[in-house]
Amino acid sequence: MTVAHAAGSPLEQFKITRLVEMEVGGLDVSFTNSAVWMVVVIVAISVSLLFAMRKGSMVPGRGQSVAELSYEFVANMVRDNVGSAGRAYFPFIFSLFMFILFANILGLIPYAFTVTSHIIVTFAMAITVFLGVTVIGLIKHRMRFFTLFLPKGIPMVIAPFLVIIELFSYLARPITLSLRLFANMMAGHTLLKVFGGFVVALGFLGIGPFVFIIALYGLELMVAFLQAYVFAILTCLYLNDALHLHH
Amino acid sequence: MTEDDNLPSLKDFEKRLEATRKRTAPPDPHEGSAGRGISGGLAQAMRVGMEMLAALLVGLALGWFLDEWLGTRPWLMLVCLLFGMTAGILNAYRVSRRLMQDPAAFDHPDEKN
Repeated sequence: MTVAHAAGSPLEQFKITRLVEMEVGGLDVSFTNSAVWMVVVIVAISVSLLFAMRKGSMVPGRGQSVAELSYEFVANMVRDNVGSAGRAYFPFIFSLFMFILFANILGLIPYAFTVTSHIIVTFAMAITVFLGVTVIGLIKHRMRFFTLFLPKGIPMVIAPFLVIIELFSYLARPITLSLRLFANMMAGHTLLKVFGGFVVALGFLGIGPFVFIIALYGLELMVAFLQAYVFAILTCLYLNDALHLHH
Repeated sequence: MTEDDNLPSLKDFEKRLEATRKRTAPPDPHEGSAGRGISGGLAQAMRVGMEMLAALLVGLALGWFLDEWLGTRPWLMLVCLLFGMTAGILNAYRVSRRLMQDPAAFDHPDEKN
């Protein structure tokens, strides 16, 4: 029990603490540790990208290569999945990808707070994507947008049921989008902390879980990238559905 | 980059570059491998399960709020739950079909048509 206390609860790392208490119109808008890390993420992205591109040389150095690679990576993703119509939405998807990627990776630093391990943060991003994509689809296609819910060549008898089912499956999109990122980050960080507790509790024998943690860190690094990628590519797919109206 | 599309030489360059890349690029050893193995399989299973759960939750929540609004508890919730389950199975089917077609679809969950 005392040892467990020394190592701390594995869920303690997700605790939100108010750093600067603020209240606007009865709403608690305190500046929390989560907000601090969001600022850190944005500053880190801006600084690293601006610093890498400060020279903008024709033959890129290491930093510039990384910056250009990440740009090309997202640009290719948008072009492959949405086509040329998606070019206008590239800045949004790039920002989304970089934000999630940096939040995931910076969260892996010991004592850091992982912004994306909170469902409300991932849900806020997912619902923004969902509403944005729906509004774009409605503006582009007006009422024809609703043909997205009616597969072609369906008998009129079962059409109403299918429309409802398709509507539900459409409404489930923000949930899966946010749940996937949140669950992956939360599970990974809890696991790291649990095994960290083992290292402390086992003393000398802790070398076993310690080696495991090193391997797990590698896996978590991959997950951090993969989840940012999945979030961005699903955003592209949803955007493609809204722009081109096909399943 | 794309602003230079009107320059024929650059357009041609891109085409030639793509052709050379395709010809000379060795098969990527990592391609698709992330989706395989035990952890990859687990991730896929989790993804399919999550699809089902999410649609079910949507059905439950929507039914609940409709019931609150129309005062028809518990009937609309039950109906919506049923539709939510169906939508969940449909989503899970779509995801797993995509995964079966292309095991690397876990890395590239795009369905171009």
